[in-house]
Amino acid sequence: MSTTVILFWFLSALALLGAMMVLISKNPVFSVLWLIVVFFAISGHYLLLNAQFLAIVNLIVYAGAIMVLFLFVIMLMNLNSNTEPQKNTWLKVAGAIAGGSFMLIMIDVLIDAKDMQTKTALIKEGNIGLIKNLGRVLYNDYLIPFEITSVLFLSAMVGAVVIGKKGEAPNQ
Amino acid sequence: MPIEYYIMLSVVLFCIGVVGVLTRRNAIIIFMCIELMLNAVNLMLVAFSKMHHGAEYLTNPTSTAGTDAQLFVFFIMVVAAAEVSVGLAIIVMLYRNTHSVDVNFLNRLKN
Repeated sequence: MSTTVILFWFLSALALLGAMMVLISKNPVFSVLWLIVVFFAISGHYLLLNAQFLAIVNLIVYAGAIMVLFLFVIMLMNLNSNTEPQKNTWLKVAGAIAGGSFMLIMIDVLIDAKDMQTKTALIKEGNIGLIKNLGRVLYNDYLIPFEITSVLFLSAMVGAVVIGKKGEAPNQ
Repeated sequence: MPIEYYIMLSVVLFCIGVVGVLTRRNAIIIFMCIELMLNAVNLMLVAFSKMHHGAEYLTNPTSTAGTDAQLFVFFIMVVAAAEVSVGLAIIVMLYRNTHSVDVNFLNRLKN
């Protein structure tokens, strides 16, 4: 087994373990910390696929900014000791069965897909993931979507302030 | 690395996110499971991008096939960041009004 294969299986196992622990943890703070582990594992997969720009952006945006925002909100609400009441066991069982059936169907479709069985993803080679190539395409072919994105951010910023601002609650 | 492994990993991650949305009642954890699903899709897009690039790479090492998929991933991350800011503001508002983040309390919306 080469180092790449070992790294692939290690990162996959880490991502799956982290995703399971996000579900299982009773304390929301631990869920956030396990989700950061998942993001680090996925960034490792991006590095393995030589998508270095996406790996760094994933770390900065997701693990750096979004997860800090989640932690901040959890601490602000003082939720870290508040576990949700354990009722509706049938709802949990039904949800698990529904998600498991979905996974079985997708894996069955994948096993039947003869087209995909010979394809491989290029590992550790190819330079399309480098920031030079991505930036050239982004600012030439995708300039309009990029600019629209800034408008989206502005509207999200204004929306977050308007929603979160302490005003007169309408039904109190 | 066979593309099937990446598809399998993404499908399992996505389904864990689906199960989380369906079973947990804490609004913040539901939100984190949505982020998990977005990341599973991102991983699959990058893997497919490298699959197409690998097919072109054998004949032409300087080809740029597959660049678009990585930019899609970039835009997905951008939209996810905007979505998180608005969504967390909504959760804070929900907590301020009901003193709970249990989504079962939201059934009062039906009146």
